[in-house]
Amino acid sequence: MARSALLGSSLTKKYWMALTGLFLCVFLLVHLAGNLQLLDASPEGRLKFNAYAKFMTTFPLIKVVSYLLYFSILFHAFDGILLTMQNRKARPVRYVKERSSTNRTWYSGQMGLLGALLLVFIVLHMKHFWYRMHWGGLPLDSAGNTDLFTVVAEAYRSPVYVLLYVLSMAVLAFHLLHGFQSAFQSLGLNHPRYTPVIKNVGVFFGVVVPVLFALIPVWMFAFPG
Amino acid sequence: MKLTLKIWRQNGPNDKGRIVDYPVNDVSEDMSFLEMLDVLNDDLVRKGEEPIAFDHDCREGICGMCSLFINGEPHGPGRGITTCQLHMRKFKDGDTIYVEPWRSAAFPVIKDLVVHRGAFDRIQAAGGFVSVNTSGNLVDGNAVPIPKDDADKAFDAATCIGCGACVAACPNGSAMLFVAAKVSQLSLLPQGKPERKRRALAMVEQMDKEGFGNCSNTGACEVECPKQISIANIARLNREYLVATVTKE
Repeated sequence: MARSALLGSSLTKKYWMALTGLFLCVFLLVHLAGNLQLLDASPEGRLKFNAYAKFMTTFPLIKVVSYLLYFSILFHAFDGILLTMQNRKARPVRYVKERSSTNRTWYSGQMGLLGALLLVFIVLHMKHFWYRMHWGGLPLDSAGNTDLFTVVAEAYRSPVYVLLYVLSMAVLAFHLLHGFQSAFQSLGLNHPRYTPVIKNVGVFFGVVVPVLFALIPVWMFAFPG
Repeated sequence: MKLTLKIWRQNGPNDKGRIVDYPVNDVSEDMSFLEMLDVLNDDLVRKGEEPIAFDHDCREGICGMCSLFINGEPHGPGRGITTCQLHMRKFKDGDTIYVEPWRSAAFPVIKDLVVHRGAFDRIQAAGGFVSVNTSGNLVDGNAVPIPKDDADKAFDAATCIGCGACVAACPNGSAMLFVAAKVSQLSLLPQGKPERKRRALAMVEQMDKEGFGNCSNTGACEVECPKQISIANIARLNREYLVATVTKE
């Protein structure tokens, strides 16, 4: 492989952006499927969720994948910052009048900003749940597992917190609306038959996944159980 | 009709530059945008002022020389046309029209609305060609069978006139549509296939060296391209470069 294969050219940076981005999309699906269990606030539901959380943080294979996930998030962000900085440098003088709405969606031109907001969200999100799950010394439930459900339920009692989550999911939606289909184009996967399908799947993914994620805090706020 | 033109004036590459207002009267809707500027320049010369510098050549949409970012869009409003094909009937009496040069670090302003697009030439020189043996044993081009679909796609890519509207439209000042068109037109044809890997690597390397931005697939370039070249070509370049990078020895 060429010496410059890792981050050398503008195109290799985009390949990595696409690959890590698609991997993060797969993670979103798994994360969503697991977290939808939070909608069940019955005593059995709480125990089930805590057992699931224990499994996700201790099962060896998932541990390996989780390290790959942390690396992907960091690399996607680092690569994105690098690309955004280069892009700014490539247009040092801005237009006095620019009608960008005639040729592109606003969010396709703001992936750097949307990504930065998501990174802030991820840091806060991991501090609140991931960090406390691992090192927070949380109480145990009746089955002997860390009682993550109660921590989440308490967090979502705050309307400010719920609002922050819903807004972050709106940011995620716009990031995905462009990012999902864009990843395929970056990898050279463009075909008259399949590209329209990919674009439709991208819109579906970009709307349904963030809406379901946003539903969790709203639901738990409305029905504390 | 009467118009107010807000035109970017810049004495040279090192001048800061500014927008200057020019009221123009008696503009015919049959004029092309460049003819309207000719009339304005004629007026300026008569008054002893410096005429506005702008690029133009064939004035029939095939040379790629005219540019201009008009009212926020490369080559102005309308699709599939160059500035010389833009007519004043696209505007209304009393309109204010902003006229700016292409904005890209790789296209430095020479004067007023004229930018240096030599970066495109250097990208072409890096690999946008087919090395031909001219020793006298050339194969007749028509003797090489080429599937019609491939010929059509190659021709569509080859309609690129290298005007730079793609770079001007892209929020990142990326030259990917230009490079993709040049790589595609050659890699789709049997004559261009032997050098396809070397070509993709060399042209992208030169593109990056020139200081163009990265493609973020906004699709603005294909919308503003006067030849309506599809970003499917960018995907083709992504494939060509990926294969070339991974298999390079």
